[in-house]
Amino acid sequence: MAGFLARRLLNYLVLIIVATSLAYMLAASALNPRSNYEGRNPPIPPAVIDARLTELNLNDETPLFQRYLTWAGGLLHGDFGKTVTGGSVNDDLARRIGVTLRLITTGLIVGSVTGVLIGAYAAVKQYGVFDRLSTAVSFVVLAVPTVVLANILIIAVIWFNDAVGTQVFLVSGEATPGLQGGFLTQLVDRLQHLILPTISLSLGLVAVYSRYQRNMMLDVLGADFIRTAMAKGLRRRTALTRHALRTALIPAVTYFAFTFGSLLVGTTFTEKIFGWHGMGEQLVNSISTNDVNTVAAISCFAALAVLLAALASDVFHAVLDPRVRVG
Amino acid sequence: MTISDEELAEQQSAIGRIQAPSRLRVVAGRFFGSLQGRIGFALLGLIFLLAFVGPYIGRWTYTDQDFTAFLQPPSLAHWWGTLQTGADVYAVTLRGLQKSLIVGLLAAVIGTTLAAVVGAFAGYFTGWADRSLTWVTDLMLVLPAFLILAIMSPLFESGQWLLFVLVLAVFLWMVTSKIVRSMTISLKEREFIQAARFMGVPPVKIIFRHIIPNMSSLLVVDATLNVSAAILTETSLSYFGFGIQPPDVSLGSLIADGARTAIYAPWTFWFCSGLLIVMVLAVNLVGDSLRDAFDPTAQRGRENR
Repeated sequence: MAGFLARRLLNYLVLIIVATSLAYMLAASALNPRSNYEGRNPPIPPAVIDARLTELNLNDETPLFQRYLTWAGGLLHGDFGKTVTGGSVNDDLARRIGVTLRLITTGLIVGSVTGVLIGAYAAVKQYGVFDRLSTAVSFVVLAVPTVVLANILIIAVIWFNDAVGTQVFLVSGEATPGLQGGFLTQLVDRLQHLILPTISLSLGLVAVYSRYQRNMMLDVLGADFIRTAMAKGLRRRTALTRHALRTALIPAVTYFAFTFGSLLVGTTFTEKIFGWHGMGEQLVNSISTNDVNTVAAISCFAALAVLLAALASDVFHAVLDPRVRVG
Repeated sequence: MTISDEELAEQQSAIGRIQAPSRLRVVAGRFFGSLQGRIGFALLGLIFLLAFVGPYIGRWTYTDQDFTAFLQPPSLAHWWGTLQTGADVYAVTLRGLQKSLIVGLLAAVIGTTLAAVVGAFAGYFTGWADRSLTWVTDLMLVLPAFLILAIMSPLFESGQWLLFVLVLAVFLWMVTSKIVRSMTISLKEREFIQAARFMGVPPVKIIFRHIIPNMSSLLVVDATLNVSAAILTETSLSYFGFGIQPPDVSLGSLIADGARTAIYAPWTFWFCSGLLIVMVLAVNLVGDSLRDAFDPTAQRGRENR
């Protein structure tokens, strides 16, 4: 078991290194940081630009492989290099990673818990009003891309705020800058900012998980061990939550690793549209500003996150399924 | 006892009249038997009609700009209103719809083909071929697709949208290929494959003649669902300016422009967003009903309980 785990971790490490290197090579050859300095008035002398780009390890006249080696050498010491403006990528991303993690954690928890509960309830009341309604709604939600959903939410909220006459929901940023007040005021302000991005991020997850969980739950509900549990005198509620839901959760947990990648992309859109200064927003900006080092660092984090999700789903699997622990 | 010639002829003609139910007919019957399938098919048909016939009915083309009408609400001259540039919303939206449909369909077909070939080869040849192909699949799953596509966006300028479709397809095949691989491993042990192998049919021929056709139902369903995935990726990329490049338009770039003026000029946002949602919904409905039509046992077994 330990050998298997070690091999797996080693494989993950190799995958991350290769993925990040590929992303760096692609970004370094496709993006053109030199264009940031062109078209200035007065024009900057080419020698100055060259010196500046070399200093940032972004000079396209240095061979690609040599730039890669310099960058990889820095990465071995935990240094992701410099941004196009000369700041440290590490400092910039360290500031932003908290924002992204907060958003993604709330979105993930709200989305998966709501989705699983809706799906399980729909399965228990199969062909009831709730079941039909939730199936239809999740079908429509799955057809709405995050970018459209976020914009629809903003439009709806502006309309709602106008109708109520006060700013109930806020659509830009993580918190009101320079807000005075105690802990409670700050908390309310943060919540006002948080609600919309969370909805926009988690609604798709709710739809996916509720459909998935409904099917799994239906499979389990007809199984013999549920009937046995009830025959032995367990109340229906206990049988459903302790035995049926737990078993039906296993495939959903496996599915979690697959949805995580799309969740990261969804976070990118949500951050950009709602003006949260997280990693996703920086990703879109760094491509527009030809910021090679930042792009490579973010793709490294993305690869790490996807593999951590895969690992987490393995662990949850072991927790839920005794056969995995024993075997 | 003998039967007369007449009776024999009658019986033979009766046999001739009985048609063996072809698989296509059975599947089509089940597909159109479900309400979901009928609605999806009708919606998709309407979308296609709108995208490819609609532009000939309108009075404007997507490159036209009406300098007498900026940001005007829908009227007789401009059925769906105009944008800030004076472009006709009806014309540009249909152009974007066309583009999204073509990109989505092409990317899905290429992606699913790739998935079938890679998955079948990995499953058929075990050993190092399987290991290396599986490793590449894992690597592609780890690479952030949106980021790679966005980085490559400068290459898609000046009408290189076919290249964009190819790159989009390259990021669509991984999950399907994993399913195909595991199906191939079990299919490989079946008698007809074994027979072909013992008769000396070369492996590549077995894969293309026997293995891939045997998974056609999975592949058709998957290709359909990939269409909506490709359309969603394309519109999201175009929304941020990384997809279809101007002067061409896509639903994504239209939605991005429309979102800025949506509050006081709702027609710039709702027509393109609405059509996008209806299109993806229709594709998903068709894909879902196709899956049920190809494999009714899975669904029925569940519902009988």
